[in-house]
Amino acid sequence: MMDTPAARLRPGRADVQASTSTIGAALPFLALLLLGVTFPLFGGGYWGVIATRACVYWVLVSGLNLVVGFAGQIAIGWVALLTLGAYTTSVLAAGNVMPELPPYLALAIAAVAGAAFGLIIGLPALRLRTFYFAITTVGFATIVTQVALAWQSVTGGGVGVPGPIFPEPFSSQWGFYYFCFSLAVICTWMTANVAASRFGRALTAIRDAEVAAEACGIAKPALLATVFLFSGAVAAMAGGLFAALQSYITPDAFTLDLSILFFIAILIGGRGSILGPLLATILLTALPEFAAPLVAWSTFLYAALLLVIVLAAPGGIAEILDFKNRRPLESNRAIIPRPDLVGRLLSAPVDAGALTLEQVALSFGGVHAIDGLDLEIRRGQVHGLIGPNGSGKTTALNVISGYYVQERGAVKLNGAALPLFARHRRAHMRIARTFQTPRVVGSASVLENVMIGGTIDGKGTFVESLLSLPRHRRDEAKLRDTAMLALAAVGLERLARVRVDRLQHSELRFTEIARALMLHPAFLLLDEPAAGLSADEIGRLAALLAAIAKTGTGVLLVEHHADLIFDICQHVTVLNLGRVLATGTPAEIRSHREVVHAYLGG
Amino acid sequence: MVESIVSTGLAIGCIYALIGITYNVMFSASRVFSFTAGTLGMLGGVLGSLFIARMGMPVAVGFLLALAGGAVLGIVTEIVAVRPVLKSLDQHLYVLSTLALALMIQQFTAIEWSTEPQPFPRLFDIARGGFDQQYWLPMLACAVVIVGLELLYRHTLIGRAFLAIAEDTYAARALGLPERGLRLASFALAGVIGALAGFAGGEMLLAFFANAPMLTFYGFVPVALGGMGNNRGAVVAGLLLGLFQQAANFLVGGIFASVAVFTVFIIVLMACPEGLAGAALQRRV
Repeated sequence: MMDTPAARLRPGRADVQASTSTIGAALPFLALLLLGVTFPLFGGGYWGVIATRACVYWVLVSGLNLVVGFAGQIAIGWVALLTLGAYTTSVLAAGNVMPELPPYLALAIAAVAGAAFGLIIGLPALRLRTFYFAITTVGFATIVTQVALAWQSVTGGGVGVPGPIFPEPFSSQWGFYYFCFSLAVICTWMTANVAASRFGRALTAIRDAEVAAEACGIAKPALLATVFLFSGAVAAMAGGLFAALQSYITPDAFTLDLSILFFIAILIGGRGSILGPLLATILLTALPEFAAPLVAWSTFLYAALLLVIVLAAPGGIAEILDFKNRRPLESNRAIIPRPDLVGRLLSAPVDAGALTLEQVALSFGGVHAIDGLDLEIRRGQVHGLIGPNGSGKTTALNVISGYYVQERGAVKLNGAALPLFARHRRAHMRIARTFQTPRVVGSASVLENVMIGGTIDGKGTFVESLLSLPRHRRDEAKLRDTAMLALAAVGLERLARVRVDRLQHSELRFTEIARALMLHPAFLLLDEPAAGLSADEIGRLAALLAAIAKTGTGVLLVEHHADLIFDICQHVTVLNLGRVLATGTPAEIRSHREVVHAYLGG
Repeated sequence: MVESIVSTGLAIGCIYALIGITYNVMFSASRVFSFTAGTLGMLGGVLGSLFIARMGMPVAVGFLLALAGGAVLGIVTEIVAVRPVLKSLDQHLYVLSTLALALMIQQFTAIEWSTEPQPFPRLFDIARGGFDQQYWLPMLACAVVIVGLELLYRHTLIGRAFLAIAEDTYAARALGLPERGLRLASFALAGVIGALAGFAGGEMLLAFFANAPMLTFYGFVPVALGGMGNNRGAVVAGLLLGLFQQAANFLVGGIFASVAVFTVFIIVLMACPEGLAGAALQRRV
């Protein structure tokens, strides 16, 4: 295990750089930790309340950050969970409905209720479009407050209920501050662990490249449900703390403005960051306190800030602080793949097997996109699929990977029909693909993007990642090593730590191939990988693909570059108007009269 | 009691339907849902009350100025919150930019106008009857808008251009239609319709800043249930929503009526996310 090929491959200097950048990334958090611990020394009385409030808000925002910042779900009404948690804790601790419970137990029960409720509020996200989901969360927030107002026998209605009082040593102002501060620190640590795990990367993939996420085998429903559970639990816990801090709660305390503050903190902080939203939460909590007249205008200011951020700096604080990615990249960089490394990466046993399409047909409206297509892709071979535009090449590829469902015929892997619809199941069957337009997470590094490809090979659970347990760390180390090896194989290891949206088009194509290789694919489907590449790059791509096929992977190559096809394919199928025009070895195709006439020209 | 449920329900339903049409008119022109739809309704009421009751203008002048205010806000929405983010529609930034604008206007109104509901003037000096103007005004406004839009879309050149843009922006641009100008005009039109909804329903809803989020939510329900961009669906769904809400109000009480409306909304949406009259779109890969 220790002696992985990548560990040997990676030069020492990159190791040093990696570790210094980790320390660099942790530095702001350590500074905030120090500030938080020593805060009672220089902040008196009222500032203690503000600091406690910032901690309580952050407990909620840290969880919401996974939903909004990472998964990209526009959940505006998260104050509903704060309300729920505040009332559950207070009512149970006050003994309104049953004998009084100790505040810690009440808080724990609130967290469980919050998790369940987070799931209920979040689940519509799986079915609804963005704006619809945003509206439903606002609706939830309104409803919860109204119920709190109406259910007088339990919540005290408009009169309210006293908040819980935590026993010594947390009953004093600073005692309670340290209690909230510790929870805030734990939440920061846990969400940072998730962010740096395969789950965090999968969430950003769902946000920015959902189609690619599915192709990598990421099951969106299960992952989002997990995140909603976690986010709901910490939000309700924040509610319990909020009630204790307020010492008395009424429905008026839970306005939509508060929800907006949480939501905006994440966007101002920057999506996909932990530090940004943390700083933004502190900033937004403290800002109105600096100038009394601002208090009335605070929501207006938050909204104005949001508008400015969306229009001028969609990356938020996190992007402004990202100095590393502003250094210019080498301008004359070349992609030099190392096909010799492919064998080390794909050490799958070579067993004979095939991916077959039998009489597959699919039409859109009245147009037969593919019409009775037969195709057999054998392992260890490069199979070229060519044809004029609109001949059904990409449609065939989309049927194989489950994005389209054929009307007739079957797609079979080693004789067994592939399930319809279940797109993310393809990855588990070791069928990987790339896209005509590269689908990547622009704000993540090249390395992180490639690591997304190996998501399904992690063994640890979400909870193990949350707590950074050994299995999570082993997963991460292995994924990183494999990804570095894959990057070396496609010739991009020098760009591993660069943000993907800074790359050139050709580099994105090779990034996608590296990501697909992470699956150890039995079959690799490539949709025009040579489009936009220079002649040199196409030559290198050819050598890389030949090396991949040599390890036993079956490659389906959809292409327009006839030279590339005839250079490396063992078998070529020519499509025209959704039907097979000709199929055979490159030599046969090159001399096929109809093909030459219809497509190759000359 | 039934009579009261029906007249109040239909009147409120007409306001919801008008806000739904406001959403739709903006959506057709830009493929964007804007959080400012409810804000426009709120503003119609507040501006009407400001011009007529507070500043003492004649009803007709106040009415026209309130509509003009709506048009201006529609145009501002397009320029500030929609046009800059249209390039990257798939990132859904419009949700955030329109939300930000809506919140700013709402907060500004709360501070500069009032945080309490203010009375809206009676528009016609006639005695209160069983079927009062506060009920028939929203219905009249809704009827006028529906007929007006039908005439506009079917019988005028500019209306057909609107339809062309809604159908296929690229093709419309290729035909030489001034896409940008038409989008701006659509937003101004949406602004007028939204303000009209708030003005006609002013006596019922009062001039109150918190009407903005309320109308944003309840005005979207007809859009979601009737299908995006489908005005007739919005009217039917809006009327049903109004009746259902009023009936629930009388039968189980106001707060649980909102819970009931919300529950039905979620259940219907989860069952058919494209609305009762909408068709599913194939996703492009």
